[in-house]
Amino acid sequence: MIASLSLILLCQLAGEVFVRGLSLPMPGPVVGLMLLLLLLLARDRFADLARGPLRGDGVENASRGLLANLSLLFVPAGVGVVQKLDLIAAHGIAIAAVLAISVVVTLLVTVATFLVASRLLVRGRGAP
Amino acid sequence: MSENPFSLWVYLSQSPLLWLTVTLLTYAVTDAVSLRTQRHPLANPVLHSMWIIGAFLLLTGTSYTTYFGGAQFVHFLLGPATVALAVPLYENRKVVLAAILPMLAALVVGSVTAVASVVLLAEAAGLPRGVILSLAPKSVTAGVAMGISESLHADPSLTAVAVVLTGIMGAVTVTPLMNRVGITDFRARGFAVGVAAHGIGTARAFQVDAVAGVFAGIAMSLNALVTSLLVPLAVTLLVR
Repeated sequence: MIASLSLILLCQLAGEVFVRGLSLPMPGPVVGLMLLLLLLLARDRFADLARGPLRGDGVENASRGLLANLSLLFVPAGVGVVQKLDLIAAHGIAIAAVLAISVVVTLLVTVATFLVASRLLVRGRGAP
Repeated sequence: MSENPFSLWVYLSQSPLLWLTVTLLTYAVTDAVSLRTQRHPLANPVLHSMWIIGAFLLLTGTSYTTYFGGAQFVHFLLGPATVALAVPLYENRKVVLAAILPMLAALVVGSVTAVASVVLLAEAAGLPRGVILSLAPKSVTAGVAMGISESLHADPSLTAVAVVLTGIMGAVTVTPLMNRVGITDFRARGFAVGVAAHGIGTARAFQVDAVAGVFAGIAMSLNALVTSLLVPLAVTLLVR
């Protein structure tokens, strides 16, 4: 458990160092995500890596535990709305409308692209 | 101490213990209510925790900085949770590879739509530049979105609020919307809500259908990668 959490933090730390070191415009945890994915894939290739948290679902279980409660982690940031009451009073309705329209448009465009692309692919495979 | 309950409150209200407890307890209650209502979209635990805790802070005259002193322990976990997204991606690598082309197409088009639509609509609504920049990364998970916002010198706390609102709106609308337009492919439905509404949408997708949940989780992980590259580019192109 502790070793698994340490590995997750280590990936995040390495990502943070990488991003800040090269002053890249992306968040450190995203690089950490790629690093952990590479480690998991490398473990299947090289048996020597399968030790500590990388053995017997260690890091997998710790990650599942974190992700099972993902909604909770948004609460402290969401409560930050109390700092923005003047901004909400001035622009709240416009911001809410912009976000709502953008979400609906994004949902529809994404689902349509997915369906069209998978149909084209099936048709492409079906053709001689 | 019993002579002066006020001094006890002064002590407690400044300690992280009280605010961490309030955060976890409020979420536990709202989550139980959400479970009791068969996960009705309007019983979203994040939405109700937000206003209950917010109202409590306003009523007790507690500053957000003081509250955050306790809540930061929860907030900190957003970073590790982003790294942990590697695990669903790894475990579903066969599903991902089998549907890789439709997923990549939907990912790129969906990410661009999410960022471009919010920037263009916000400009049309005449919102100030600082607000537009803070809204741009709203479709990606909070840890990543706040990082993007920081690198644009926008307002990460406004971004966080926009992220949470977007997630709630996506989680509330996705099921009725997809039923209305007659989409039955749960891979596509899940993927769309993961791109549009990150973790809160993914939590919703898992409640509706397991396949939808997996695809939403994959979409959320991939979108964290794409959006962090896309937003700085979109901002230079679209924001005047």
